[in-house]
Order: sequence, then structure tokens, then C-alpha cells
Amino acid sequence: MFLQTLITGLSIGGIYSLMAVGYSLVFSVLNFSNFAHGAVIMLGAYVGLALATKLNLGLGLVLAGSVAGAGIIAVLNERLAYSSLRRRKAPSLYLMISAMGCSVFLENMVYATIGSRFYAFPEFFGRQVISLWGSSVSLLDTGAFVFSLLAIWGLHLFVGRTRTGIAIRAGVSDMTMCSLMGVDLDRLIAVVFLLAGGFAGVAGVFLGIKYLVYPTMGWVTNKAYIAAVIGGLGSLPGALAGGLILGVVETFVSTYVSSVLRDVFSFTLLVAFLVMRPEGLFGRGGEEKV
Amino acid sequence: MDYILSIVILGGINMVAVLGLSIFTGFTGLFSLGHAAFVAVGAYTSAILTYYYFVNYYLALAAGAAAAGAVSLIIGAPTLRAKLRSDYFAIAVLGFGEALRVLLENLDITNGARGLPGIDSFTTLPIVAACLAGGVFVAKNFLRSRWGVACIAIREDPVAAETAGVRLFRTRLLSLVVSAVYCGLSGGLLAHFLSFIQPQMFTLVQSTQLLAAVIAGGMGSISGPLVASFVFIALPEALRVAQMWRLVAYGLLLVLIMVFRPQGLLGYSELSSLFRRGTGGKEERRS
Repeated sequence: MFLQTLITGLSIGGIYSLMAVGYSLVFSVLNFSNFAHGAVIMLGAYVGLALATKLNLGLGLVLAGSVAGAGIIAVLNERLAYSSLRRRKAPSLYLMISAMGCSVFLENMVYATIGSRFYAFPEFFGRQVISLWGSSVSLLDTGAFVFSLLAIWGLHLFVGRTRTGIAIRAGVSDMTMCSLMGVDLDRLIAVVFLLAGGFAGVAGVFLGIKYLVYPTMGWVTNKAYIAAVIGGLGSLPGALAGGLILGVVETFVSTYVSSVLRDVFSFTLLVAFLVMRPEGLFGRGGEEKV
Repeated sequence: MDYILSIVILGGINMVAVLGLSIFTGFTGLFSLGHAAFVAVGAYTSAILTYYYFVNYYLALAAGAAAAGAVSLIIGAPTLRAKLRSDYFAIAVLGFGEALRVLLENLDITNGARGLPGIDSFTTLPIVAACLAGGVFVAKNFLRSRWGVACIAIREDPVAAETAGVRLFRTRLLSLVVSAVYCGLSGGLLAHFLSFIQPQMFTLVQSTQLLAAVIAGGMGSISGPLVASFVFIALPEALRVAQMWRLVAYGLLLVLIMVFRPQGLLGYSELSSLFRRGTGGKEERRS
């Protein structure tokens, strides 16, 4: 029972991490909370769903398609809703409002055109379980967890080793300087949104397989924001750790205490972190940049 | 006539909440997508008081407003500290909205997700009008006071404001509490007008509507958001068919305003200035 709960928690935590990584990436470069991230995750899930049910693709292709689809949506989102604000150096309040507008718009667009029906993915794993030290663990949970870890590790390598990755890290510390050094900011930001969108696509497909696909499924991203704060806003290892911690703690609370109080508990955890350690586990300090 | 009257009353109740959010977002420059939660606190507190304990209506309204203020203090104290970016507050208040809804759906005293039916309908047009007029009066004077000027200074430039001696944390917190009190009052009025409340009424959708009114009406203006919020309440009632597309339009509106006209309808000016000088709304703000 304990191990089973732990694995379930880790798999949910893995999905939270995927969402939090995308959010953190955008936050660290553009310095604002991209509240449209949840809507991109939702659209990624719908893209995956369409590929799986209409074209009967396998899980690998569904993931690939959803990564590409959500990535493109995220880039378009930036081009249409943020880029002009970014160019005239609008306060981050404006960017946040614009992001929230995107989120509300996309969510209700889906609601109005596709409808509020709940869709289920075809069963890729057929509820298979594997036994591990006497407790049965779902293959989906383990798979999602391992895949999330691999994806985040890949991102870590990309940001650390490639030229584009170096440009991203330079952009994080100083955007203007980075542009003076000859980095094409528009392209850099497009790459960042493509990456964030790609992670959102993976998260959307996993969420859709684990639960269901519906217009407001993106609201789960609230948990990813909380995870990002716990780990430290704008830090990638922080997003991973925060997501895993939140997922595990939530699952234990809902198994051993009360499933109703789960969301209340995550909120309490957030407030506790803000009081005791506002910079998060791996944060660079939560101060507003001047 | 009753139908039109009820739209006018609903519009007025909504305007009280928008007034509060306008102080917080429009004048202090902080982002909140959880003010519907403060409306919920006010609505439930006052409704429970009159429903179970037969407390006087006006006392219950005051208690609802005070409860919303107190709750906002609890959220604001850890999240609005001067050292923290405003994103922390935005995330915390989103989480709070969710947590509050879960609580309301599972407590006995709130009758869970089914909601509280049969609250006495005390709210009438004169009461709403009086609350609104009082609210505008208080808001105007608040914004002219030292505290209000400090709020505006923080919106323009937090660092410069701090160097000039404005205490960031206290001023932001005060602005939040004032705005939450407005929202709580609006909730109390709402509960005693509809005579039915349920947790579903206070979701992100409501928060979005409040924010859209403040943004569309114009930041840094009192009359602009009031006009916008009334239009937002009255227009969908008139165009019942478009119900489903209403939120699509709100979302699009927020983005379009931010991209093309961030000052909104009457940004940084008031309706009255339009008549006085005929050039109102032209003052572009440096950004």
C-alpha cells in the first residue's frame, strides 16, 4: 500500500513537474507568470486525443504529434498576445492579464466549438500492472514518471550543453545584454515557447490518459504554479523537485487523511512555503528585478 | 419591469465588487484572479448569519465585508511582502480560490455543493444604490488620502515609491483589504438578492468578469470600470443567445485591450473629465 501510494504520487508529481518546467522556463526568460500555460496543456491533450481516436496512432506518435501541436500553439500564443507587449516593455501586469485573457479565450473557444463532453483516450496499456515487492503498480504510472524524468533530463542537457541553451541562460540573466551580444531575441523566445509548449503537450497527453480530456482540464496547472513556487520560481531543478514533492504529499494526504482536503492542503503548503522559505527550494531569491 | 429592475440591481451589486478590484488592480497595479473568492466569503458569511442566526441584515452585511477583509489579510500577509514579486500573490490567490471552493462544497454549514436556498431577500434597489454611492465616495477619498497616493506611486514604480518613503508591504496589504471589503459587501448584497448561493457561483469565471470590467473600463479610473461592468452585466442579459460566447469574448477582449489599448476605455481619467475638458482619456501613460 505504501509503495503503491508512493508510485502513484511520483507519477502525478511527474506530470506536475512537466507542467511546472514549461511554466518556469517562460517565467525565467520573460519574467511574468504565463497563466495561459494551462490552456496550452488542454489543447495539447485535444491534439493527442484527435490523433489517437481519428487516426488510430500509437502512443509514441500521439506524444510526438501533441508535442508539436502544443509547441506551435504556444509559439503562436506568444506572437499574437505577448510579443507586442514585450517589445514596448509593458509592465508584467499587462503580460499577466493578456495571458489570462488567452487562457479564458482558448478554454471557452474549445467549450463553445468542441463542447463540454468528457473524452477518454483509448487504453494504451489496458490497465496493466506490474508487481513490485508484493504491491501492484500500474504500468501507466511508472511509465509516466520515467518519461517525465527523461524529458526533464533532456531539457537540462539541452539548456546546459547546446548553443541555443547557452543563449537561453544568457537571456535569463540579462535580456538586453544578450541581445547586444548578437542573439536574436525573437527567435530565442520562440524556442523557449516551443519547448514550454512541447512539455505542455506531453503533460496534456498523460493527464488525458490518466483522467479524461475536457475543456477545463487545464485548471490543474494551478498545482504546477504551486509546485514552481515550492521549488523556486524560474528554476528548472526546482520545478522538478517541487512537482514531485507536491504530487507525493497530495497522494499521501488523499490516501491516508482525506481526499476532500487534498486541495486545501496543497494551498496550505504553498502558504507555509511563502512564510518560511519564499525563495523556494532552489530559488534565486524572489525579489523583483529592478 | 421587474426583469429590468433585477438587471439594474445585479449590475449595481457587481459594480460594488468591481470598485474594489479597481482599487487593487487599477490603482495599485497588482494582479488578482481570485477576487470572486472574497465575494464568496462575504456572501456565505452574511447569508449564514441571517439564515441560521437571524442576525439583522445590515449587521450581517457588515460582518460579511469584515470577514472578507480578514480573510484577505490572511492571504496577503505572507504573499504581499515587499521582497516578493507580485506573481506570488497571483498564484496564491488562484490556489486560495480553489481551496475555498472545496471547503464550501464540503462543509455542513454551507450545505455543500447544493448551496444555501431560501435566504431572505432583503436587498433592494435603494440599498444597492446607497452602498454603491457610499462605496464611490469612500474610494474617491481613499485614493486622495496619503494611502491612496502611495498605492498609485507603487503602481507607477515600486522602487521609486519605496525610496520616497512608501512602505510597500503595508500599502499593498491595505489596498488588498480595502478591495476585499468591497467584494465582501457585494457578496452579502448578492446573497440577499438572489436568495440562493452555491459554491459554483464564485469561480474563476466570476473573477475573470470582474477583472475584464476593470481592464476594459480602464486602469486608474473609477468611473470607467463601473460603466464597463454595467455593460458586461446588461449586455449578455439582452443577448441571451450569445451566452456561450460571452467568455470567449471576455478573453479576447482582455488580450486585445492589452495589445492595442492598455489604458482601456477611460484609462487614468474619469468620466467627468470628458465633460469638463473634452479631452479626457487622452493622457497617454509612459510605460
